[in-house]
Amino acid sequence: MSQHFNAMPGFRRTMGFTLFYLGVLVLLPIGGMIFKVFQLSWGDFWAHATTPRALAAYRLSFGASFLAAFVNAIFGTLLAWVLVRYSFPGKRFVDALVDIPFALPTAVAGLTLANLFSPNGWLGQFLVPLGIKGAYSQLAVVLALIFVSLPFVVRTLQPVLEQMEREVEEAAATLGASRFRTFISVVAPSLLPAVLTGFVLSFARALGEYGSVIFISSNMQYKTEIAPLLIVSLLEQFEYSAAMSIAVVLLVISILLLAAINLLERWVSHFHR
Amino acid sequence: MSIELRNVAKQFGAVIAVRGVSFSIGHGELVALLGPSGGGKTTVLRMIAGLEMPSSGDIFIQNQRVNDVSVRHRNIGFVFQSYALFKTMTVFKNIAFGLKIKKWAKSDIDFRVAELMNLLELNGLEKRYPHQLSGGQRQRVAIARALASKPSVLLLDEPFGAVDAKIRQELREWLVRLHHDLNVTTLFVTHDQEEAMEVADRIVIIAKGTLEQIGTPREVYEQPSNEYVARFIGVMNVLEANVTSGIARVGEMEFPTSSALDGPARIGFRPYDVQVSTDLACYRYRAVIKHTFFLGIMLRLELEMNSGLVIRTRMTKEEYSQLGLDDGKEVSLQIRKYRVLASQSGPLSSEVAYTYQMPPTIAEGI
Amino acid sequence: MAGLTTRPLRGDTAKSQRGSEETPFIKWLLICIALGFVGVFLVLPLINVFYQAFHNGIGFYFESLREPDTLSAIQLTLVITLIAVPMNAFFGMAAAWAVAKFEFRGKALLITLIDLPFAVSPVVAGLVFVVWFGRQGFLGNWLDAHDIHIIFALPGMLLATTFVTVPFVARELIPLMQANGTDQEQAALTLGANGWQTFWYVTLPSSKWGLIYGIILCNARAMGEFGAVSVVSGAIAGQTETIPLRVDKLFHSATSAAGVASFAVASLLALLALLTLVIKSYLEWRTERAYALAQRSESNSA
Repeated sequence: MSQHFNAMPGFRRTMGFTLFYLGVLVLLPIGGMIFKVFQLSWGDFWAHATTPRALAAYRLSFGASFLAAFVNAIFGTLLAWVLVRYSFPGKRFVDALVDIPFALPTAVAGLTLANLFSPNGWLGQFLVPLGIKGAYSQLAVVLALIFVSLPFVVRTLQPVLEQMEREVEEAAATLGASRFRTFISVVAPSLLPAVLTGFVLSFARALGEYGSVIFISSNMQYKTEIAPLLIVSLLEQFEYSAAMSIAVVLLVISILLLAAINLLERWVSHFHR
Repeated sequence: MSIELRNVAKQFGAVIAVRGVSFSIGHGELVALLGPSGGGKTTVLRMIAGLEMPSSGDIFIQNQRVNDVSVRHRNIGFVFQSYALFKTMTVFKNIAFGLKIKKWAKSDIDFRVAELMNLLELNGLEKRYPHQLSGGQRQRVAIARALASKPSVLLLDEPFGAVDAKIRQELREWLVRLHHDLNVTTLFVTHDQEEAMEVADRIVIIAKGTLEQIGTPREVYEQPSNEYVARFIGVMNVLEANVTSGIARVGEMEFPTSSALDGPARIGFRPYDVQVSTDLACYRYRAVIKHTFFLGIMLRLELEMNSGLVIRTRMTKEEYSQLGLDDGKEVSLQIRKYRVLASQSGPLSSEVAYTYQMPPTIAEGI
Repeated sequence: MAGLTTRPLRGDTAKSQRGSEETPFIKWLLICIALGFVGVFLVLPLINVFYQAFHNGIGFYFESLREPDTLSAIQLTLVITLIAVPMNAFFGMAAAWAVAKFEFRGKALLITLIDLPFAVSPVVAGLVFVVWFGRQGFLGNWLDAHDIHIIFALPGMLLATTFVTVPFVARELIPLMQANGTDQEQAALTLGANGWQTFWYVTLPSSKWGLIYGIILCNARAMGEFGAVSVVSGAIAGQTETIPLRVDKLFHSATSAAGVASFAVASLLALLALLTLVIKSYLEWRTERAYALAQRSESNSA
């Protein structure tokens, strides 16, 4: 990394340490795993990564993460809107509560959600008469993922909503547009990039989630086993190659999502200038 | 010499910010680095401070080559355009910072800070934080901080840029007084020629990275070394003329030129060098007063000659009323002093109109 | 993932009923839906933790916390956190200095790299260390021969925890230090300060709230990390169990007393979460001010 003269001292030292730290703690370990997987033949890798059990796990992980992110996109947008646009008693308190999923360890979240949605739990009891199984089902996975990825859309959208010029909406109103029409044709398009960013952030977080899900899910192969859990089970059976193959699949998807998030964030900041 | 630059150049990537600048500043001088924005003057100042490294050339402070001396050891006082006060420190701690770094004894620090607070009229503000100060107070704290450890030179980057026009005037006078009291070599950057003329003993004019002229305010005003300086300093009428057999002609006006130039040339003269009389026989040329602008104590007149040529002149209100001038009145005029700014034998570019229009940037100012 | 740490700067939302606003009915309907969502999905789970924890009475609660295995889990969690958080705080300061105070090629890539641990699944984060230090790993035989234990021991858990919490402090400090610019640091240099003095007296005080904020978040995640740690821990009771792993073990034992005990232990982490939220809210208020000050001194120079 080249850098022209700057009177500020310490570039080499801090940059050196930064690269060293990231290299040793992040890149070398990840690189080691990728190296190991590269030692497998392509056929072996593919066989490990696409067993029916693995495919079922991907399906559940992707499906549940997508649903969770989708629910959060809708309710997160609503929540951000309410928190930015309206004033009501206890607003700051509610705003602080949005961060609970960031602060509460995932194991605790899984534990309490499993209890809440169990057939005799506070919320689960209402689902029983409807014939819906709360905890220990695929729905349970979605519920846990909604919880852990809830803050992303809200937190991405809030600053965008705050910077949005109300004059534009007022202009639409003076031009005779109804409130609903204004929202659909003026407000929604300018919120879209941020909502999408929040959606992808939620999705990425949900996809990797492990702690909360294993508490609330029945963790049955082919049914309620998510991809990260499959990695752990394979590891416990000393199926290292299979575990690493699936881990590399997840890793590649994570990196792609990170790249997508970076592009989206650039789009958001471009949109609001 | 307190500061000396020898053929100093600075390049940022492909951009040449400063090209081969040399000048020197004597002990105790108050010098302005004047030039348009982006002309390289701040880069020069930052190179003297050691905040930038010259690409080539040598810099001397107190006759010692300092190219390889880091900013912290150059013993300079630097006042940033933004003041760069330490937000988390009180006024006292801001001023004491450099002394603490240099491990002065506590009693000496207290004494020195008190001395500076007194000198800079900051008494009573010791415990304030920068955000609790006015713009003028912040600037004085920044100067006090820069002066605290008795630097050999004081460098100021656009010191009056961040305050509003009214305080600006006070601060200028105040800087002159401070310099007089302390007699520390001072170099400040400004893009405002009026400011440079008023405050500085000498002015260094830098444009497009090149040194244009060094001299006292009077010298650069009266004997500009080139057309750029002539047009940058003060206001000037500039006429596009044509020279044939030693005489430059524009409209009905004729300007004898000394050398045997032929072809297009530019003639420049200050508004004060236009003499006006209501006696139509008094001077050679005739014109009508097209418009009078009131600039406070001074008035600016636009005179339109028969050929459509427009000339600007200035006079005091008293002169104006003594002469009995008014818009629409016919007068006679002559140009007392003028200067051939530049000439070239090739054809002029097409944008030069016969009716002279003064560029708006030059019309402002003195 | 930046969304985790971008905080909104709260402006004064106008209280007046604007012409272009929703009708009060729609407005209150939206507020009620939003509050209902927050109530069911966020508040109820949190309350439930404490309700279940005290289900068998306060005596049982403290008894389950006093169990030797639980006490040792608490101790292990504290040890890991006390090492991982300072390391990442130090890294965060160094990285923020390099990224915020200098211009260089590849900066965006470096920031993405710092974010990488946020994007990686915790399970994968644990696995990568197994690949190196596990029995079948690159260094497995060598470690075995020298009787060094990393996986299923403290060093492995420490590495996994540090990995997943790498970005927190850097992520908070970089934007704040960028907003502060380099003018103050340059001023300190002209006054004779060296790099370390400049950092200590000028940079650190003006970004301390961001630093503390990052440390608080880092701490919460380090204490609560489950996935990465569970992969490398082996969960040997009394030896390699952290608080979250202890919760897991108690939850999965068959007795109902253990079930209640798991909530009691979990309530410690829930308390930590509440404490984190309170400090976080306070610090947000402080950092908002720090940003505002940074902007104010900038607008003065304009």
